Amino acid sequence: MNTKTINDMVIRFANVNGSGSASANDMFAKSVFRMGIPVSPKNIFPSNIQGLPTWFDVRISEKGYLGRREGIDVLVAVNPATMKKDIESVLPGGYLIYDSSKVLHEDYIREGIHYIGIPMMAMVMEHYSVPRLQQLFKNMVYVGALIALLDMEMEVTRNIVKETFAKKEKLVPPNFQALDLGYNYAKENYDCPINFCVKRADKIGNKIMMEGNAAIGLGAVYGGATVMAWYPITPSTSVAKAFETYCKKLRIDPQTGKKNYAFVQSEDELAAIGMVIGAAWNGARAFTATSGPGVSLMSEFIGLAYFAEIPAVIVNVQRGGPSTGMPTRTQQPDILSSAYASHGDTKHMLLFPSTPAECFEFTAQAFDLADYFQTPVFIMSDLDLGMNEHLSPPLKWDDSRKYNLGKVMSAEDLETKEFGRYLDVDGDGVCYRTIPGTHPTKGSFFTRGTSRDEYAQYSENGQVYVNVVNRISKKWQTAKSHVPAPEFYQKENESKQGIVFFGTTTYAALEAMDILEGHGRKWDAMRVRAFPFNQEVADFIASHEKVFVIEQNKDAQFRSLLINELEVNPKKLEPVLVYDGKPITATAIIDKLMN
Amino acid sequence: MTYIKPIFRHPLLPKNKVGFTKKDYEGAISTLCAGCGHDSISAAIIQACFEMSVEPHKLAKISGIGCSSKTPTYFLGNSHGFNSVHGRMPSVTTGANMANRDLIYLGVSGDGDTASIGMGQFVHAVRRNVNMVYIVMNNGCYGLTKGQDSATADFGSISKASKTPSPFQGIDLVGLAMEMGATFVARSFSGDKSQLVPLIKAGMSHPGFAFIDCISPCVTFNNNKGSTKSYSYVRAHNEATSLLDFVPEEKEITMEYEEGASKEVVLHDGSVLLLKKLAPEWDPSDRLSAFSKVQEAKASGEILTGLLYIDLESKELHDLFGTTDTPLNTLREKELCPGSEALEVINAGRR
Repeated sequence: MNTKTINDMVIRFANVNGSGSASANDMFAKSVFRMGIPVSPKNIFPSNIQGLPTWFDVRISEKGYLGRREGIDVLVAVNPATMKKDIESVLPGGYLIYDSSKVLHEDYIREGIHYIGIPMMAMVMEHYSVPRLQQLFKNMVYVGALIALLDMEMEVTRNIVKETFAKKEKLVPPNFQALDLGYNYAKENYDCPINFCVKRADKIGNKIMMEGNAAIGLGAVYGGATVMAWYPITPSTSVAKAFETYCKKLRIDPQTGKKNYAFVQSEDELAAIGMVIGAAWNGARAFTATSGPGVSLMSEFIGLAYFAEIPAVIVNVQRGGPSTGMPTRTQQPDILSSAYASHGDTKHMLLFPSTPAECFEFTAQAFDLADYFQTPVFIMSDLDLGMNEHLSPPLKWDDSRKYNLGKVMSAEDLETKEFGRYLDVDGDGVCYRTIPGTHPTKGSFFTRGTSRDEYAQYSENGQVYVNVVNRISKKWQTAKSHVPAPEFYQKENESKQGIVFFGTTTYAALEAMDILEGHGRKWDAMRVRAFPFNQEVADFIASHEKVFVIEQNKDAQFRSLLINELEVNPKKLEPVLVYDGKPITATAIIDKLMN
Repeated sequence: MTYIKPIFRHPLLPKNKVGFTKKDYEGAISTLCAGCGHDSISAAIIQACFEMSVEPHKLAKISGIGCSSKTPTYFLGNSHGFNSVHGRMPSVTTGANMANRDLIYLGVSGDGDTASIGMGQFVHAVRRNVNMVYIVMNNGCYGLTKGQDSATADFGSISKASKTPSPFQGIDLVGLAMEMGATFVARSFSGDKSQLVPLIKAGMSHPGFAFIDCISPCVTFNNNKGSTKSYSYVRAHNEATSLLDFVPEEKEITMEYEEGASKEVVLHDGSVLLLKKLAPEWDPSDRLSAFSKVQEAKASGEILTGLLYIDLESKELHDLFGTTDTPLNTLREKELCPGSEALEVINAGRR
């Protein structure tokens, strides 16, 4: 008899897109979360609304490993189109749960795995008459079966069903019935639990489950954004949706019922960033959300904002490139194209969140940085972080926190102080600006993308131009100590070798480190959270003989950025790259670190 | 530019209601070619703003790229200006307008900036009914790159650079704006200040997108024989639809027109545009009759000018969105940040 594996498994749901499986699969993942066990659900979906295959992997890990893991322990295979390949992904000793309403074709029989047939379709056809409902409840039947097979707590899932349908109460009893159908069939026909089981634990604390995109949308509400302009593009669209949804709840003027925000779906990404720049020039906090192709389209405008010194917050939820690339798969492929977006000498601030809590905090912070430094700021998320629910520390807000609107002169200031739009009064490279409408005769200036002097007058004088671009460089130097510092995973250096990572690579990197440490191998690690690189980043690299840079693109773009900006010897930086469009795994990292 | 105007002012220059002289609405000396139609439009803008008693800081002037888009330097020197990127003035103005609904937005563009590279943004600003005055200084050519035909060059028109008749249909921006649902559509001629000034004033009073297509001859590249955008051609073919007079809200209408030949257009802010119609058979507040009048004139080679269409029920973008009356750029933490208590509720919902 095999020993049972508790709270450490990957369950894959192989579904057909548009069949309503997402909601059932989410309820399953949430049930595990509510039982106190760290869980990481990942939706692997096609660029399609209905009909193509979609997979939903749920990793359950009491140790708190939240990255993706290859190899499936339990496969719920309900998509005949991909069944053969899906079965191959099951690890030896694993389980296949299938719909036994029809006899399983012999092609699907494989040695070394267990088969569990549940007559899902036959049962729902017997109990429900509407075809669409049959389809939906079939999904709940396999969730019910899993609860029995994995020895989970039915009451937890029933509570989730009740919350989900709080506003459509009549859907609760048939959902309960579907859960019971699957549960009872499994109990009556199979030894429960199987060799994998889920047992209540206490590993969640006060953590939440949230999608990065929702956290960014909410961060923009808290950060004081009043204008959002955007154009639909996967995987960023749900940022806009979240911003609008939260605004409808939290940003309605209580007296008048009117909106304390403007939400503009623009005609394309060029217009979206144009609106953001126009609004920010006029003193509002404004942002857009897009993905790589959108940033390409916005590039000319981004250069204008950089050179004319106008705040702009751009959320880049990255996806597989180049061109249309893999629009529904994840990568970190826009590091260089965002850092140096637009023609001429341009450089932009990048923030790299790795949890929903950071998505929230960095978004709010991005508005302060953009306003203070009068420049575009990118939030560099990706599809994995943006569109999957992640276990995260709770979101935090300090009520005494004030927006830092930067150096803006008021009508009173203009009466008493000299104003030159591009005059470096404080010596930090950051100049004072005025907002249109401030003073009848003082403080107006002409904003332009052409070169100009310190008083915003057009100039083609070489020295004047050099002074301007050098002053903007000074601003860049100042920014280094204002952006989020890196996170270290050791109190002080313990190894001659280090690893560097950022964003969603963090999950797999931490898991790899933990596993290797168990084998007596220890690396110092640094998670970079922003560009420009702070001094700590430079120091970490300088203080190690060899540094592995782990990232999810083919050309080692982050490594290039480190080499370019910190003047590091390229031989010192070893790339560790995964770019197949699926979230990086600890195994892939370990393989590369050990070779 | 290094050209600086003398700041000497005659002490007896007349002041408007808000205490400014006409000089306060001027800008730097123009660097456009002598005789450029665009300079006349700048002068009309100055005149209109002075007469309307616009406080200079309550107006923002925004442009794209090209000869036309350089002009905001040459008027309203006390107003904030924004020379953005080619063809993208509409989006910048839309964003600015979202941030502060209380300013007047004057968008200046050219035919290349609007009818070619910026066509997409133009039509979308029209359909959103962004509250702004949108002036196209339309000369049918790319002046700043030495006179190539633009998309508004009429079929068969010959410019100095092309030397051959244009083989393509010219884009009629007025017809396009009407098709897109514009709520204020006018055409004028840079050489007809008496018509242009009241149109600009009416445009500023209109709550929504006020479009003025202003034929403005390029003296250097497109003022030759064979061009349909030359001074002499436009003068010969200009068919004004009406004589215009703009009467601000507080003034009494004193002029008298013959019964049936005049129409009073009462604008949103209470001011009145008096149209002495020269063609009594159509009505500029009736979209269908206006549209067919424009099409008829086009077919017969006439350049129809004046206020061609106005929607007196116009609702601008903020009204369509239901935005608060307070400018969004003045809201702070109190109005914008829901605070930690609301965040705890959200956290709880995620457990």
